[in-house]
Amino acid sequence: MSPFFFWTASALMLVFGAAVIINRNPVASALSLVVSFLGLAALFMSLDAFFLGIIQVLVYAGAVMVLFLFIIMLLDLRAEERRRINFVAFAGGAAVAVIFFGQLYLVIGHLHQAKLPFAPLAPMQVDDVHRIGLLLFGSYNLPFQIIGVLILVATIGVIVLSKRELH
Amino acid sequence: MNPTLFLIFTSLLKIVGIVFVVILPMVSYSVYAERRVSALIQDRLGPNRVGPAGLFQPIADAMKFILKEDFTPANVNKFYYWLAPCLAMVPALMTIAVVPFGSTLFGVPMVIADINVGVLYVFAIASLGVYGIVIAGWSSNSKYPFLGGVRSSSQMISYELSLGLAVIPIFLLVGQLRLTDIVRYQIENGWMIAPFVGHWTDGWKWLLAIPMSISFVVFTIAIFAETNRLPFDLPEAETELVGGYHTEYGSMKFALFFLGEYAAMITGSAIIVTLFLGGWHLPVPWWNHAHGFHWLLIDGSLGGWRGVIGGLFNIFVFFGKVSVLLLFFIWVRWTLPRFRYDQLMRLGWVFFFEIALVNIFLAAIIIACLPQ
Repeated sequence: MSPFFFWTASALMLVFGAAVIINRNPVASALSLVVSFLGLAALFMSLDAFFLGIIQVLVYAGAVMVLFLFIIMLLDLRAEERRRINFVAFAGGAAVAVIFFGQLYLVIGHLHQAKLPFAPLAPMQVDDVHRIGLLLFGSYNLPFQIIGVLILVATIGVIVLSKRELH
Repeated sequence: MNPTLFLIFTSLLKIVGIVFVVILPMVSYSVYAERRVSALIQDRLGPNRVGPAGLFQPIADAMKFILKEDFTPANVNKFYYWLAPCLAMVPALMTIAVVPFGSTLFGVPMVIADINVGVLYVFAIASLGVYGIVIAGWSSNSKYPFLGGVRSSSQMISYELSLGLAVIPIFLLVGQLRLTDIVRYQIENGWMIAPFVGHWTDGWKWLLAIPMSISFVVFTIAIFAETNRLPFDLPEAETELVGGYHTEYGSMKFALFFLGEYAAMITGSAIIVTLFLGGWHLPVPWWNHAHGFHWLLIDGSLGGWRGVIGGLFNIFVFFGKVSVLLLFFIWVRWTLPRFRYDQLMRLGWVFFFEIALVNIFLAAIIIACLPQ
């Protein structure tokens, strides 16, 4: 992967990830999240994982965020924009984040493997769509089926709940 | 020349060629065709003043759009109001990147990016197209555009499901997502809507035509809904919503929405042609002494000027098929009345979704019975 591409995509992701939190306007936040997802998809693609990258765009940027935006647009946005920042909560959150990073640094710094350089990835052409399909329906068939049943149950649940609202 | 440099150079050439030389003129002339065909159907003349038979009308229209005052209403959300037209135009043009619009020309494959997830890329980019419309409706800060935006997003989400499910039978048959492989398969085994070509005595291949035709019909109708064309143009229904999501837009910003809609129509037709109608392939009847009567495959693989002619022929065939589909889109618009909104939703969720789902099982059973 070219370092230039990596840094561009990561910067895109991080800047817009921060924009999700910083923006006071919920619609702007949602759109920033979309751009952040696109950066993540670009990172996947630079690793030749085209399938994951495209699914990232298709499912998250194309479907989930459209629904988010749909809901947000129906809300009253002015109340959200007027809200002041709670500085005690802000300081608390920042402290948690700093402690977490310190911990990560200490733990990973003591690992022996973390000090070794990465072995260079062998350049090869992989048909990732076929590979993922074979893995899902081969080695992980049972968990895959269970997830399918779970999603089906959730779908039926949503239909039952929304029908009850009507009566 | 260094291979990387060569790749970059040819890709740039293809991008500029396909977007500025083919798609954009095609967009403006499909607007012209729309007006002329609607006039023909309604027994009027249509635009016939600018140039011979009104052929320069698109140029006059473009001048008008550019020279008009670019007015921004006072109460809109400025940044998003400006962003929306771009978001409506760009995804429509981006989808063409993976579509093979010809075989080869001077040994260069006539597809901009031949990636292994072809059709998924098309769906992913097309699903981003809804943002332009939704943001336009929201940022205009006005009732009718907002209703248009909300309608559009729910309509596009509903029909994306049928769109995705309708192509699964093709993948079951071909076993590949790459669009060039799908075209290659159709050249060897007959187009998707006529899988029995070349296997005239095989009953299963004849049966296979049933799920493939169902897929074709569902996919085409879903493309109508995705591109907001009549009978599914609820987001901009003039009689209910004034102009829908672009009510507050004027001059070039309105033109971008307008062009985006036609560009989406062209890329949609290009996808239909690639998936179901054989892509750039057109068999030519031929006769010579050695083989007698046979069908000739023309592509760019021959050496010298024959290869160049063949490559150009394939490109013309592809865009010829796209033009025929565009004419079909226009014809439907001036023939059918608009659906009501609840009818549209019921049709999408209760009818097409189920048909596409059952169709997958039907196709899977027939493919399992196919002799290898």
